[in-house]
Amino acid sequence: MQAGQFAQLRVDGSDKTFLRRPISIHYVDTAHNEVWFLVQTVGAGTQALARLHEGDVLNAVLPLGRGFTLPTEKTHRPLLVGGGVGVAPLLFLGKQMHETGCEPTFLLGARSQADLLQMERFEALGRVYVTTEDGSRGEKGFVTQHSLLQEERFDSIHVCGPKPMMIAVARYAKAQDIPCEVSLENMMACGLGACLCCVEDTQEGHVCVCTEGPVLNINRLKWQI
Amino acid sequence: MADLSINIAGLQLKNPVMTASGTFGYGLEFQDFVPLDGIGAIIVKGTTLAPRQGNPYPRMAETAQGMLNCVGLQNKGVDYFCRNIYPSLKDIPANFIVNVSGNSPEDYAECAARINELEGIPAIELNISCPNVKHGGMAFGTTTDGAASVVRAVRKAYDKTLIVKLSPNVTSITDIALAVQDAGADAVSLINTLMGMAIDAERRRRVLSIGTGGLSGPAVKPVALRMVWQVAHAVQIPVIGLGGIMTATDAIEFLLAGASAVEIGTANFIDPTTTIRVAQGINDYLERHGFQHVTDIIGLCE
Repeated sequence: MQAGQFAQLRVDGSDKTFLRRPISIHYVDTAHNEVWFLVQTVGAGTQALARLHEGDVLNAVLPLGRGFTLPTEKTHRPLLVGGGVGVAPLLFLGKQMHETGCEPTFLLGARSQADLLQMERFEALGRVYVTTEDGSRGEKGFVTQHSLLQEERFDSIHVCGPKPMMIAVARYAKAQDIPCEVSLENMMACGLGACLCCVEDTQEGHVCVCTEGPVLNINRLKWQI
Repeated sequence: MADLSINIAGLQLKNPVMTASGTFGYGLEFQDFVPLDGIGAIIVKGTTLAPRQGNPYPRMAETAQGMLNCVGLQNKGVDYFCRNIYPSLKDIPANFIVNVSGNSPEDYAECAARINELEGIPAIELNISCPNVKHGGMAFGTTTDGAASVVRAVRKAYDKTLIVKLSPNVTSITDIALAVQDAGADAVSLINTLMGMAIDAERRRRVLSIGTGGLSGPAVKPVALRMVWQVAHAVQIPVIGLGGIMTATDAIEFLLAGASAVEIGTANFIDPTTTIRVAQGINDYLERHGFQHVTDIIGLCE
C-alpha cells in the first residue's frame, strides 16, 4: 500500500447512508496486520464508522487510487503539511519516507491544541512543527504563516487538509519553485473510476480523483495559485 | 443449475444480468472484483460522436436510498473508443454493448455506424434519455416524434441488435416505447434516471453544478417496476428493466413484471460484485421454486 491511497468504507446495515465513504489510509502496521483510519465525525457516514466496536465487521475496498511520491535520495528533504483531520495520510507517508532513509519534517495545523492528533507518533518519525489558530500550541495562525517556511528550504511539499489551506501551501510552493503535491477529497461514489462523479478539472481535462489521484501534483491542477 | 440463458432480439446472453451504462466503466475497472465473462452483458459508458468534457464538479449528491448525478456524458468520443478501448475489450469473452448518445439523429446514426463495424460488439443501447445535457439526450426521449426520429436514423445505419433506453421523465412512457418499437427498435431498456434536485440548506444553494441531476438507486425502484410492467404489457419487443436493483430479489421482481433481462447500475458503486451475486441469486430462486429456465418467470405477474 502507498501512503495517500484510500479505502472505500461501508458500515453494513447503516440506514442513514447509501454510498461508501472514501477514507484515507492513516497507517499500516504490518507487524500486527492492521490498517488504521483516522475519522472525524462530520456526517452520518463517519458517525456510523465511529460507532463501530472491536470485533465488528467493516466492509472495505482498498487500497484505491494513487498515493504520494516517495523520494529516491536519502538527502532529500520533504515537508509534510497537514491540516485538521487531513494529517491522517501523513503518518503513513512519514513512515514510508523514514523507511527510505530520509527524514520527513511535519508542519501540522489545527484550530486548537485539542484538535492535534497522534502527535507522539509524528514526533517519532521526524521533526514536528505546529500552528494553531488560537495559539494554544505552537505558533499562532495558519501553517503558511509558520516561521519554518522562512527559515528552511525543502525539496518537496506534500499536503493534505482543507482546500483553502492546500491552495495557500500550493501558492507558497509555486512561488518558491518547490515540487508540491496535494491530496484531494472530491465527493465520490464508486472509487473505481466508473461513475465519473469525483472529477477534478486539470490541464488534461476532467480526471477522476479516485483513480488519477487522490494525490495530484499542483502543476496538473487549474487552481488559481 | 437452472438455465439462465436468454435471447433478446438475437442477442444471446448466458444470463439476464447486464450492467447499466455509466456505472461500470468499460468493465476493465471491475476485473479485480468480478469475472467479466460471468455477466450477461456489459453496457459500457455513454459514447458520443465528438469528445465531451461533461459537466463541472460537483456532479453527485447522496440522497435517501439513492444518489443524484449530473455527469453529463463525459467521454472521449467514438473514435477514441474504437482506437483505444475496443482493442482491450475485443478479446475478453464477454458481451460488450456500447451506449450511444448524440445531439441530432445524424450524430446518433454516425456514431452507431462506427460501432457497427466493430466485431464482437453485438448490440448498442441508444440513450435518448440523459437528463444531464442541454441538447440531445432527453430532448429526444420525451416526445414520440423525437424518439422515433433518432431510432429511424440509427436503424438505417446499424444492423445489429438495437436497444433504446427510455426516460421516465415523461407523461406516458408506453407511448414512447410504442413509438420506438414502430421506428425499428429491437428492444427497450428502462428506466434512465429520474430528474431530481438536492439543496444544501446551510449554504442555501443547489448542490449539483448544473442544479439538477438524475436520481438512481433503490429509491426509484417502485417507479421503475411500474413502468417496466406497463411497457411490457404494451409492446411486442423485449424489455430490459433497470432502476434501483441491489439484490437478486429486486431483479426477479423486474423479470416477473415482464422484463427479459435487467441492468445493474448504482449498486455497482456500493458492492462491485453485485452483478455476479444477482446472477447467482436468480439461479437459486429458480431452483428453489422449481423453474428450469429463467424465461419461465418472465412476465408471470399479470
